Amino acid sequence: MSRYRIPGKGRVDHGAPVSFTFDAKIYAGLRGDTVASALLANGVHLMGRSFKYHRPRGAVTAGSEEPNALIGTSRGKGRFEPNTRATVQELRAGLVAESQNKWPSLSFDLGAINDRAYMLFSAGFYYKTFMWPKSFWDKVYEPVIRGAAGLGKSPTEPDPDHYASRYLHTDVLIVGAGPAGIAAAMAAAQSGADVTLVDENPEMGGSLLSDPAVQIDGKSAWDWIDAQLGRLRAAGVRLMTRTTAIGYYHQNMVGLCQRLTDHLDSPPKGAPRERLWRVRARQVVLAQGALEKPLVFDGNDRPGVMLAGAAQTYLHKYGVRVGDTPAVVTSHDSAYHAAFDLADNGARVAAIIDTRDEVRPDLLDGARSRGIEVLAGHTVTTTTGRLRVKSVRAAAVRGGTVGGGRTVPCDCLLMCGGWTPSLHLFSHTRGSLVWDGGGQTFLPDRKTEEVEIAGAGRGLWGYDPVLADGAAAGLRALEGLGRVGHPAGFHVTNDRPGTGTSHAELPTDGNPGKARAFVDFQNDVTAKDIRLAVREGMRSIEHVKRYTTNGMATDQGKMSNINGLMIAADALGKAPPQVGLTTFRPPYTPTSFGAFCGYLRGETFQPTRKTPIDPWAEANGAVFEPVAQWLRAWYFPKPGEDMHEAVLRECKATRASLGIFDASTLGKIEVAGPDAVEFMNRLYTNPWTKLQPGRCRYGLLLGEDGFIRDDGVIGRLSPDLFHVTTTTGGAARVLTMMEDYLQTEWPDLDVWLTSTTEQWATVALNGPNALRMLQPLVQGVDWNDFPHMSCADCTVAGLPARLFRLSFTGEIGFEVNVPARHGLTLWTALMEAGRPYDICPYGTETMHVLRAEKGYIIVGQDTDGTVTPADAGLDWAIGKAKADFVGKRSLSRPDIVAKGRKQLVGLLTEDGSLLQEGAQIVLDPDQQTPMKMVGHVTSSYHSTMGHPIAMAVIEGGFDRMGETVFVPMPDGVRKAKITSTVFYDPDNTRLKA
Amino acid sequence: MLLIHCPYCDDTLPELEFTYAGEAHIARPADPSALSDAEWRDFLFIRTNARGPHYERWRHVGCGRFFNALRDTVSDRFLMTYKAGEARPDLNNPTLTREAAE
Ligand SMILES: [Zn+2]
Repeated sequence: MSRYRIPGKGRVDHGAPVSFTFDAKIYAGLRGDTVASALLANGVHLMGRSFKYHRPRGAVTAGSEEPNALIGTSRGKGRFEPNTRATVQELRAGLVAESQNKWPSLSFDLGAINDRAYMLFSAGFYYKTFMWPKSFWDKVYEPVIRGAAGLGKSPTEPDPDHYASRYLHTDVLIVGAGPAGIAAAMAAAQSGADVTLVDENPEMGGSLLSDPAVQIDGKSAWDWIDAQLGRLRAAGVRLMTRTTAIGYYHQNMVGLCQRLTDHLDSPPKGAPRERLWRVRARQVVLAQGALEKPLVFDGNDRPGVMLAGAAQTYLHKYGVRVGDTPAVVTSHDSAYHAAFDLADNGARVAAIIDTRDEVRPDLLDGARSRGIEVLAGHTVTTTTGRLRVKSVRAAAVRGGTVGGGRTVPCDCLLMCGGWTPSLHLFSHTRGSLVWDGGGQTFLPDRKTEEVEIAGAGRGLWGYDPVLADGAAAGLRALEGLGRVGHPAGFHVTNDRPGTGTSHAELPTDGNPGKARAFVDFQNDVTAKDIRLAVREGMRSIEHVKRYTTNGMATDQGKMSNINGLMIAADALGKAPPQVGLTTFRPPYTPTSFGAFCGYLRGETFQPTRKTPIDPWAEANGAVFEPVAQWLRAWYFPKPGEDMHEAVLRECKATRASLGIFDASTLGKIEVAGPDAVEFMNRLYTNPWTKLQPGRCRYGLLLGEDGFIRDDGVIGRLSPDLFHVTTTTGGAARVLTMMEDYLQTEWPDLDVWLTSTTEQWATVALNGPNALRMLQPLVQGVDWNDFPHMSCADCTVAGLPARLFRLSFTGEIGFEVNVPARHGLTLWTALMEAGRPYDICPYGTETMHVLRAEKGYIIVGQDTDGTVTPADAGLDWAIGKAKADFVGKRSLSRPDIVAKGRKQLVGLLTEDGSLLQEGAQIVLDPDQQTPMKMVGHVTSSYHSTMGHPIAMAVIEGGFDRMGETVFVPMPDGVRKAKITSTVFYDPDNTRLKA
Repeated sequence: MLLIHCPYCDDTLPELEFTYAGEAHIARPADPSALSDAEWRDFLFIRTNARGPHYERWRHVGCGRFFNALRDTVSDRFLMTYKAGEARPDLNNPTLTREAAE
């Protein structure tokens, strides 16, 4: 039995020992322990080092608000997690835990030198030190500060666990299963409503689990909890433990993170580690209780100094006495109960130091009967003890003056500065708060959602009022659903009512400039830092927060916000509500990335779109590349070929004879109806009226701002039917844009738009033998009237087809569309028919090279949303005679017609080397830095012409033909000559062959 | 996540099904060539940037329809949605302002 464990006490299983390691030392705990309670049972208070000063720290709470006891936990490869709260992590067999922020060891830490140098690290030091000489940053701050500061260490391996997510619709969601939450659930469940009750802890019951002496309706607290939970279960209420409400979003959507396996010795194979719930509730009841506030005094952060309520929880839930000789310092009645309960369980309470002059007589009687000395009207001025508190110095305060003190030896110090209603989730809804002068705290005020706040969460204290309030909140939620319920009454005996007062830092007779009185334990912010921030001009609490980092740690100031506010208000001479409160943001407690990702990772990150021809490409060794949501065949390497060799071979084979390419991903939209041609005229830059059925045309689409949005070849199948193609990535965007104009600007046009991208499989044939090879397979086309830029519905290889004669390579080209289900049949038929011509399948890389050789642009690669048709050399695609089309008016805007715009040109390097896409371009490489950059490389490839080619946008590029520009690259500056973008067959002789 | 009422589907559905499409009631000029550069600039780029009730366009991806909404940019709350082409609702309408104030 561990030294501090009380036999038989608590909710832990005394018959089930669990062994774990902490900093490589083996400890024994019990089933039901947290890492913190198990360590405390072994007398271990020192659990970590602080963030900035590396001060020794122990657990200060027993819950999820813990700022100090952050540990790394691991369960094998990839399952290391930093910054786990030891007060939350349930013990499991074989758990490996380690302390953080220490080197070489937790008890002897070199980083603690920061603590000696604390004057350097005061408020705003980040801002101030950055002003020092630049060399200090590189040599001193960066290495030293980065090495010493920070929380935990990042995991280095991918997370092998998986995470689930689910939606839930419920009538009433109740957050917090303490007395108020349980009472609310009882009330809400009575009329058959769908009720969900969630709690972040492994067990429901909240504060009642730490107050077993309380009796409700003749039952002990724990029996009452069991009975109520049984009734709730019978009524069909959804009860979810280990489930944290992390965020409260619009219209009663609450995010829940349910922890499923971290507490298990060995998780079931395949079980998700956590599950994120998106709950839409018609009514929400927040019953999150209150968080105990520390008191602020010199040395309030030593291991062994903890909240009185935490000590009470360790005693009753875990059967752990946190010390043998606790001292207590408090400004609230509640700490007396912790002292009494510890005294009744074998501790000798050294003293209760009460900051108030008047103490309730029954509490004084309780202390006297247990032989506990009460020092009313006293302050604490300091503590001693290096790795564990050894004594506390108490001094009387008379008329604002601190009198002579005395040292009280102790092995732990329990503090209580009152209680702060837990309003984080309410704050997420942007509900407003109102300052309660009596309770010295903020309470919920104006609501923005269908929400009730119950119990200690709205400042009530004592089980009797809290239970009644919970029941009333449940009834109001029921009324909100249009249902009725009956009010319930509770009879509470042994209640523990109480009141208290609030403080800034406690008065001291010491030098306040030297006091290490911590407000924010996790970010190492002291009272002095906050006063310094005010002295240096910070007025708003938002500025004080950012200057000092108070409340900016992972606990979001759950314990420090009100203390920080009290001190700032005191320093400013204002009332706390005039200084204000910072806004809490989701998540309520730190939440794993895995929970947010859920299923959206790896293969299920997004859908992968497949063409009907992909199986052939896979079987024939294609390498794939992602393009939008598609995986496209990139190139088809033969044995021993690298990418460069494969692409060059594919390019040459296509130019020499015949290449075949899966173009199925091209976006396809049918524009149909009596007004189709008018619609096309208004939308695209080109004129469409005179385009005859059976012919096609390159179409260019602009935004109203005049910049290129998309392009593609468009065929007119009949007077009222256009087959529009778009870029692979632009298909959905173009259809949306078409729909937008049709629905909202031109609803009078009789036009129908249909996405047909996935209805057609498209195979491109290119090369001097394309026509020769295809002709025998086609039925229904008059070859005497099927020149370049023609289209027809026909059959190809016996399949119903829509045939386009067009080229994206500069060779004779066709695109054969067949219904998608015939795609693979068509492909194999063409491969067979192409054998005499050494038909060569090629991928997207070869397609890119061949089009670049011809100077055909790719929208989104050679354009970037700031390129006009003129900039891209596409003036010829504009219907000059048209009165209007989308974007036309912008083409005459002053800055669009101005000189010096970036224009698309070709680039050839002087030394024949390959440029990097994205490389910047300068005119004079010897100018001073920062250099004037005149453009960048948009496309760059090895080509079939024996040297690489590139395209670039360059300021005034069209007027610089033949000039030399300079392209800085990682391995040196390249000289390049500006050329036309058409590198291959500028006279289009091969298209007409 | 907001719940949005699609006036075409007549159904209230999660925000995930919708995309924002800019400020509403900015009609494309009938004859852009008649506009001065400054007028065309205003049509292209100048927006109300309202603090409070804001007329805006949304698209329901589910049914593909664009519609209009009056939404409070302070609370994010949708005050109402209505079909494209319908008149701009009156901000002085007491039921709207009451909702906006809530
Ligand atoms: Zn709809």
